[in-house]
Amino acid sequence: MIKKVIIANRGEIAARIIRTCTKMGIQTVAVYSEADQKAPFVAMADESFLLGPPRVNESYLNIDKILSIAKECGADAVHPGYGFLSENGRFAERCEAEGLTFIGPSSHVMDMMGSKIAARNAMEKANIPIVPGTNEAVASAEAAVQIANEIGYPIMLKASAGGGGIGMQVVNNDEELIKAFESNTKRAQTFFGDGSMFLEKKIEGARHIEIQLIADHFGNVFHLFERECSIQRRNQKVLEEAPSPFISEETRKKMGEAAVNAAKALKYTNAGTIEFLVDENENFYFLEMNTRIQVEHPVTEEITGLDIVELQLNIANKKELTINQDTLSINGHAIEVRIYAEDPKTFFPSPGHISTYEEPKTNKVRLETAVSNNYDVTPFYDPMISKLIVSGENRLEAINNLKQALLKFKIEGIKTNIPMLLKIVDNEEFMKGNTTTSFVQEHYLTELHTN
Amino acid sequence: MTEVKANMAGNVWKVVVKQGDSVEADQDVVILESMKMEIPIATEEAGTVKELKVAEGDFVNEGDIIAIID
Repeated sequence: MIKKVIIANRGEIAARIIRTCTKMGIQTVAVYSEADQKAPFVAMADESFLLGPPRVNESYLNIDKILSIAKECGADAVHPGYGFLSENGRFAERCEAEGLTFIGPSSHVMDMMGSKIAARNAMEKANIPIVPGTNEAVASAEAAVQIANEIGYPIMLKASAGGGGIGMQVVNNDEELIKAFESNTKRAQTFFGDGSMFLEKKIEGARHIEIQLIADHFGNVFHLFERECSIQRRNQKVLEEAPSPFISEETRKKMGEAAVNAAKALKYTNAGTIEFLVDENENFYFLEMNTRIQVEHPVTEEITGLDIVELQLNIANKKELTINQDTLSINGHAIEVRIYAEDPKTFFPSPGHISTYEEPKTNKVRLETAVSNNYDVTPFYDPMISKLIVSGENRLEAINNLKQALLKFKIEGIKTNIPMLLKIVDNEEFMKGNTTTSFVQEHYLTELHTN
Repeated sequence: MTEVKANMAGNVWKVVVKQGDSVEADQDVVILESMKMEIPIATEEAGTVKELKVAEGDFVNEGDIIAIID
């Protein structure tokens, strides 16, 4: 049984993991960089250890240092959160070699899903629909042009090792593709150490809808329904909700079953998410699999009443899941918005000193927070400073609760995307549930520029 | 004479010109890095790099002068 967990992460997710561990009577160890000495998660943990300077290679990606702290404090398990080392197969292997339980799937499945090309092939083998495109790395810009003309523009050019929207670009013609191929190959090489690129057809009017999976070591795999995450900027999610206002009950069932079948074929364990693109006719295509807890997991927790971090810990303890797929149901509606320290018009980062931070105490809100009053947001990490989750009996009630909460959220000293979120909740198309991946471009930026 | 200013707070990731270089309008002068995002900062006008106010690794605030182009 796990008695002490070291959290190889920071910010709101570190705090979130500590909360569940404490509830379960598990000791927690935080690790932090020099830039995060005053972060709330550090004070929340039972023990905390300094990793080193702010740069991620010297702190949150420093495997040797994290493992030596784990040994020193007598931790028996590692929770990697999301980002950083969470999908790093080598880290998982090192943990296991040191006798630490890695709270996540096997390194084998992580590696396979970490390569988008290998993931496409694995899904095709498991009979999951994939977006038309290439199943191997494209050798050159010339080869890319030839394939693009066979599939037809517009095309998504993607880095096989990519993530967070980096190394990914829509191209509409040969000229754009040639230019993007060179620059994205270079970028992917710099960021991920792997410049392999592949092509996918761009699905027009697509929605991003993902299925939360949970799987134990006894072959049980369940899906906890979908999350609709189409509203994105810079290819990163801004607002997520569950259930999706778009898909029919039949599609929900089909997508859930497809995701469960894929996880079974992969012999997947622990929490994971399969992301799909869903077109206007509710056809769905595999996009990628995230082999870790997701930022937006709270909306699923709100509609199912489950604690996903608790399930992760139970699975890591080799307990059998007691969920019954047939009796699992969706209760009400939940929406999460990510509060980013950024300019709401250009989406440029806005680090700096938060002079006032007051969270809303309105109806049915839940907050996952990385910062506090009188706090310095540094330029070293992701711009997300908190997550606001609201729920309601139905979507309309959740939207109203979200609006009230956003109006009462007071953050001064830095710029945040709250003005953007307020515009989204007032948007007619959002109210109708007409959210596609081009929502921000079509209904936010366009309006911003015409006014 | 024109001043090239930072349009966001962040670290100077790369300085891509040298003092004395002649630059064209819209040519990148430095690349800033903040919160996992790289933003190239270009000069609006052509000229010669008269002075570089920053070095790689420096922290700049939004509105800080990065270079003077003459």
